[in-house]
Amino acid sequence: MKSETAATRSDSAAAPVATKMAIRHLDFFYGKFQALKDINLDIEERRVTAFIGPSGCGKSTLLRTLNRMYLLYPGQRAAGEIMLDGSNILDPGTDLNKLRAKVGMVFQKPTPFPMSIYDNIAFGVRLYEKLSRRQMDERVEWALTKAAMWDEAKDKLKQSGMALSGGQQQRLCIARAVAVKPEVVLLDEPTSALDPLSTARIEELVHDLKKDFTIAIVTHNMQQAARISDYTGYMYLGELIEFGVTDTIFIKPAKKETEDYITGRFG
Amino acid sequence: MFSIYSRRLFVNRLNLVMALAAMAFGLSFLLWILFTLFQAGFNAFSLDLFTQTTPPPGSKGGLLNAIMGSLSMAAIGTLLGTPVGIFAGIYLAEYGSRGWLAPSTRFINDILLSAPSIIIGLFIYAIYVLQAGHFSAWAGSVALALIVIPVVVRTTENMLRLVPDSLREAAVALGTPQWKMILMVTLRSVRAGIMTGVLLAVARISGETAPLLFTALNNQFWTTNLNAPMSNLPVVIFQFAMSPYKDWQALAWAGALLITLAVLVLNIVARILFRQGSAR
Repeated sequence: MKSETAATRSDSAAAPVATKMAIRHLDFFYGKFQALKDINLDIEERRVTAFIGPSGCGKSTLLRTLNRMYLLYPGQRAAGEIMLDGSNILDPGTDLNKLRAKVGMVFQKPTPFPMSIYDNIAFGVRLYEKLSRRQMDERVEWALTKAAMWDEAKDKLKQSGMALSGGQQQRLCIARAVAVKPEVVLLDEPTSALDPLSTARIEELVHDLKKDFTIAIVTHNMQQAARISDYTGYMYLGELIEFGVTDTIFIKPAKKETEDYITGRFG
Repeated sequence: MFSIYSRRLFVNRLNLVMALAAMAFGLSFLLWILFTLFQAGFNAFSLDLFTQTTPPPGSKGGLLNAIMGSLSMAAIGTLLGTPVGIFAGIYLAEYGSRGWLAPSTRFINDILLSAPSIIIGLFIYAIYVLQAGHFSAWAGSVALALIVIPVVVRTTENMLRLVPDSLREAAVALGTPQWKMILMVTLRSVRAGIMTGVLLAVARISGETAPLLFTALNNQFWTTNLNAPMSNLPVVIFQFAMSPYKDWQALAWAGALLITLAVLVLNIVARILFRQGSAR
């Protein structure tokens, strides 16, 4: 089953869209098990692209190929093409650290580093930029403001990031990812460990962030995908069943499988 | 149904009693040892212990040279062994997921961990003392370092393995090079645990006799020369306790009490440190 990207995307939003990442014939293997089968889609610049589907459908795996996070583990490999700014990031010659500085990621569980709030954010910036004390202060404030954390955090920048609440920790992680000024931000079920209030804040945040960043998000929550994304892909058993403008996917899906999943008859 | 329930209560009580009895049995020997040690050791305790060197039989003296010798050799052994142990532990936990080198290293380290310490003493005797032609504090320190290494390797690896992969992924996702991720994130989050491991290794070597018997031997006199035989508490205890002289035997008790107290303090500090580290 192939995706129908082009057909459904033509009736998209008003502003002009440019493709940020182009995925072509992507296969992914955990050892001998094939977890992704011939995935084809475009991730548009400064838009939110959501991936939904039942557990084990490969949506997180897909996200983890976009910054090649899977390379941390032996036996995992990807084949095909993921074009970012004119080069295939799956090429063996790709500088992984630079790729990941460009394609940031936020995870399901908040993962503050064992250091102060300030250092949590400065950590990634220091890897690639040499900033003066004042510039760094400004960058930290900028990132925390972007993540709607500045008001809560400005008086306790020296405190450990581990002492924050779960929702605050997750926004700290978003600030940390944003601080290095990536071009793409990958969100892997960023709200599944959070309460509804924190979830709402993060969703607002995603809406703000797409002014500056290209966003790809994996979520278990279909309403969330409907609320925050511009494009949605429905995945099942390693295949991209349907991909297109979010409204179309949710209101008038082309495929029966997609409709069954969205209406709750399955999954 | 009621009988099943009361039977279960009875079995539960029976198990509890047996567990308590087993604990009391084991603990009683420990308390017995400590009691004897304190009783005999305290009688020989005096200020002389810390100001006089080991005496010839029949005259007054203390354990100054042995205490200093033990402290310096334990310190040098720890300084030599800890970095090697930490680096090897980092390799096993962070780099060793592929290939055969890490599993084999881990296997050999486990053997080293449980190797009788006398073998380590004999090994250093064969490759160092025999070549140099004399016993020395250096040889003793190296032997102690060899005992420190596997303990530190094991704790470092175990502690690093407790770090969730999600934390590693989070660091890597920022474009962090692996060495920087290890240094700044994973190692940092288990500092307290690794320090605890080092302290436990120190506690372990401060009581080792066999490796020093073949390497540093003993010295009746005060010395700071690391190239000469150096006195140390375990070997002094061994020699004095085996001697027929009452005053030497008393000093052996005092030395034994000193080591026990030192190990006790080290263990308590290690526990406090670990608790503070993990409470964060």
